[in-house]
Amino acid sequence: MPNLKELSKKPARLTGGHRMCAGCGAPMVVNWVLKALKEEDKAVTCSATGCLEVSTCLYPYTAWKDSFIHSAFENAAATISGVEACYVAMKRNGKIDDTYKFIAFGGDGGTYDIGLQSLSGAMERGHDMVYVCYDNGAYMNTGIQRSSATPKGADTTTSPAGKVIPGKTQTRKDLTEIIAAHNIPYVAQTVPAIPGTKYMFDLYNKAEKAIYTKGAAFLNVLTPCPRGWRCDTSTELDLIKAAVDTCFWPIYEVENGVYKLNYKPAEKKPITEWLKPQGRFRHLFKPENEHLIAEIQAEVDRRWEALLHLCGEK
Amino acid sequence: MKEKMMKITPNVSWKDITPGGVITKSGNAEEFKTGDWRSMKPVWHEDKCKHCMLCWVVCPDNSIIPEDGKIKGFDFDHCKGCGVCTKQCKFGALDFVVEE
Repeated sequence: MPNLKELSKKPARLTGGHRMCAGCGAPMVVNWVLKALKEEDKAVTCSATGCLEVSTCLYPYTAWKDSFIHSAFENAAATISGVEACYVAMKRNGKIDDTYKFIAFGGDGGTYDIGLQSLSGAMERGHDMVYVCYDNGAYMNTGIQRSSATPKGADTTTSPAGKVIPGKTQTRKDLTEIIAAHNIPYVAQTVPAIPGTKYMFDLYNKAEKAIYTKGAAFLNVLTPCPRGWRCDTSTELDLIKAAVDTCFWPIYEVENGVYKLNYKPAEKKPITEWLKPQGRFRHLFKPENEHLIAEIQAEVDRRWEALLHLCGEK
Repeated sequence: MKEKMMKITPNVSWKDITPGGVITKSGNAEEFKTGDWRSMKPVWHEDKCKHCMLCWVVCPDNSIIPEDGKIKGFDFDHCKGCGVCTKQCKFGALDFVVEE
């Protein structure tokens, strides 16, 4: 298990002074992914358009201590894969000595939707890179529009809960499974570092494995967004714990096609524990919408059972 | 590339900035202060602190400063007052109060 006191001696690779909202989960994820880099290794980071990109790199300031590139919404994976290919060629020609690692970050909008084709291409070509998706379940940067990662029933500005529809009517896409189907060396789903849980170091361990596994790797991290989830900033990590305990967001990995469940809750909690504290699901608790909670529960159960089979737990 | 660092105002034209908006420094966001965003504030009681580092684990703004495996203090130039750190402390060393 990593030692916190030792880890705290490593210099942070993301600085304060970025303009992410108070309590944003994305820099928590970035911090712990970058901590997994060896101190002597350099990195090239890249971000799809999104909160993280616009808030960490406002001219003339950058919060990244490593090289950072942004080109467009849809091509973070293509951009970083191009840089990696260039590095490989320069290394071959003896033009570069240092060891570089290549990490792309994208929100769910830039990963599940807009950047999906470039991500799929980069994964299939097998570049030595890591793509980290911080999934907060909507296009938060532009004011909370639904994405294909938005959970069913969530109130967003493009799936507004009211008389016509009760929030988003579709269920969320399972991107981790889509990337696993690319049969790349490493795919994992996890959550930010939450003190006091058995999976506190899960993100760190998975980031280390992803960065230092040769070939393409992908991490999908459920990330709290207090604005979009309509929740309190200080207790936002309790919601992530609820997502894990209700099996809405299972923590697992797929290494060379082999599934492994990394955390199984001792007691699977009802989905209401995840829905109730979030303002975006408030309307679901009206009497006329109760059937939706049953539908959401059934969908979570179905996906959890399927995953247990894949992981050989059943 | 010539280094250009300036205050960006509506009067700055594209000719005044670096080509492509390239930033030649790294990690210079530290020079930008976000501390004035706070409406709430964490208060650290050093005497009660066991230096377990759990508050440092979660800080999204890297505003809890570690030194030699211990908490040295808080960076109120950048802390935005989200309060996530205050919920991690098991020793009563962190209060969360209204910013004066």
